Amino acid sequence: MRAILTVFAKEFRENLRERRTLLSALILGPLLGPLLLAGGLSLRLERGAGEADRPLALAVAHGERAPNLLAFLREHGVTVTTVAYDAAAAREAVRAGREQQVLEIDEDFAPRLGTGAPAPLQLYADASDLAAAGDSGRLRALIQQYSSLLGRLRLAARGIDPLLMAPIAVQDIDVSTPASRSVLILGTLSYLILLTMLMGGMYLAIDATAGERERGSLEPLLTVPVPRQQLIYGKILATCAYMILSLALTVTAFAVVLRFTGLERFGMSVNFGPRVALEVILLTLPLVPLGAALMTLVAAYTRSYREAQTYLALVLLVPTVPLAFAGLLGLRPHLALMAVPSLSQHFLITSLLRAEGLPAGWVALSVGATLALAALLVAVAGGLYRREALLG
Amino acid sequence: MIEAQRLEKHFGAVAAVREVSLRAADGRITGLLGPNGAGKSTTLRMLYTVLRPDGGDALIDGYSAVREPLTARARLGVLPHGAGIYPNLTARENILYFGALQGMARAARRARVAELVKLLEMEEFADRPARGFSQGERVRTALARALVHSPRNLVLDEPTNGLDVMAVRALRRLLLQLRDAGHCVLFSSHVMQEVSALCDEVVVIAHGVVLEHGTPEQIRARAAAATLEEAFVRLIGATDR
Repeated sequence: MRAILTVFAKEFRENLRERRTLLSALILGPLLGPLLLAGGLSLRLERGAGEADRPLALAVAHGERAPNLLAFLREHGVTVTTVAYDAAAAREAVRAGREQQVLEIDEDFAPRLGTGAPAPLQLYADASDLAAAGDSGRLRALIQQYSSLLGRLRLAARGIDPLLMAPIAVQDIDVSTPASRSVLILGTLSYLILLTMLMGGMYLAIDATAGERERGSLEPLLTVPVPRQQLIYGKILATCAYMILSLALTVTAFAVVLRFTGLERFGMSVNFGPRVALEVILLTLPLVPLGAALMTLVAAYTRSYREAQTYLALVLLVPTVPLAFAGLLGLRPHLALMAVPSLSQHFLITSLLRAEGLPAGWVALSVGATLALAALLVAVAGGLYRREALLG
Repeated sequence: MIEAQRLEKHFGAVAAVREVSLRAADGRITGLLGPNGAGKSTTLRMLYTVLRPDGGDALIDGYSAVREPLTARARLGVLPHGAGIYPNLTARENILYFGALQGMARAARRARVAELVKLLEMEEFADRPARGFSQGERVRTALARALVHSPRNLVLDEPTNGLDVMAVRALRRLLLQLRDAGHCVLFSSHVMQEVSALCDEVVVIAHGVVLEHGTPEQIRARAAAATLEEAFVRLIGATDR
């Protein structure tokens, strides 16, 4: 036991002086993830909010053929500019990006409107321009509104109740709460937490195994009178310590950053106070020894530092595998799935953020199954250090 | 005392060590002499318990390296071939780490490291990070690390590799000092001057078997050669034919 602590203390201290380990465990992972998420979120929210009340710009060719329609559009906040395009010029103007959309009033418009036949309008827009899609949708809705207004007036003029034209009225009832709405956006959060936690221990796991062998300090280490498995237990423990630091910093950074993104303004609340942050950390904690043992094991098998880096980059993807499967199969959280490490933590964290209760049985199974797999991997790693092939 | 009893080691189909028996006594410097690929390192690695022999046994002060490796290791100081040290630790921290792993108490290992720093003339670089060390500084650190628990037996694999003349002379002085204090010193080399200058006993091995065993004088006489080098060339030449 004393040897385990000796190895732990040395690896911990040595890596405090290793820029690469510190950078990835304490700075890059914990700050980059939250900042990216917050940046992306507020950008999206700002734009979504801005679009709906921005004045709509519309170029109209032959506006004199439909004065009432233009008056209706102006009333509804559309800035109408008159242009003298023919069909080809309108097409070219939209394609070149000079106009987002051009409305051309057909010369048949007024006569056909007068006889009660469908009156043609041409709306030029670029469907591949995603930024303009919102605008042309709003415009189309306005024209539709004008069209049904005329329709109702015609029915009323003939003594028919306009309601006859609306046999069905669908009502959308949105049952999402502010907390559950934000989960749709924060779906990536639990994955980012797992990823940065693993990154926190990655370089130490490599340095303590493949790195130690490459430097030639492994062989002298194996000549000390300490059971070999204790050496690797100490290394795994040091990896755990860095992962816990990284995890705590990441979750704290998320909690702070999400507070400043102002999700509440958009009808979403983030249930991510200090208490929830602590619960997220506690729920994720059993994954720490599992990840540490897995990374140490993989790094110890490889022949060099570089090879270890390549393989561990793949290991970082391992926690996504259950999440991807669950997504593809459309799995909903239930008891049996809590036996799957990484997936269970994802479900539990999501539930926490949705402010739903966590069944004690789910938490117990998640913790138990994860720790059992961790113990198995730690034992395998111990066995590996007792093999002489380790020296390579 | 270090004893090898009919050691054997195979790597796949290759027999690295076929049958090696030797005895390195206390108060003597024993040299393991042989050409490259003779099985010197493999033999030493079995003696210092990093490799497990396929046959035979190694005894360290009478303790089997196979059956009681922890007891055997505690009695050994080892300087493996190309021994690496931790670049982010200072020389002193490197040595202290091994003192702790040897089970020494904090005060005892601090005192011992101070002693070794003086003995190996490491004052100048003892508290610098090992990252920028010269080969000589690295070897001295690794040697101090091997000696931290004052082992009775010392095994060194090609210790003079990459050292300059001054460092080699310092190492020689140290090994003689250890011998006179009653330690058992066993080292391997393929440098003849090294062996003839230092060794009380020489074991010549090639192709994984022992060809000769005795004092340099005896080996020279038995081969009817004028120098140890000539005796060595005759011995090796005989096996190659």
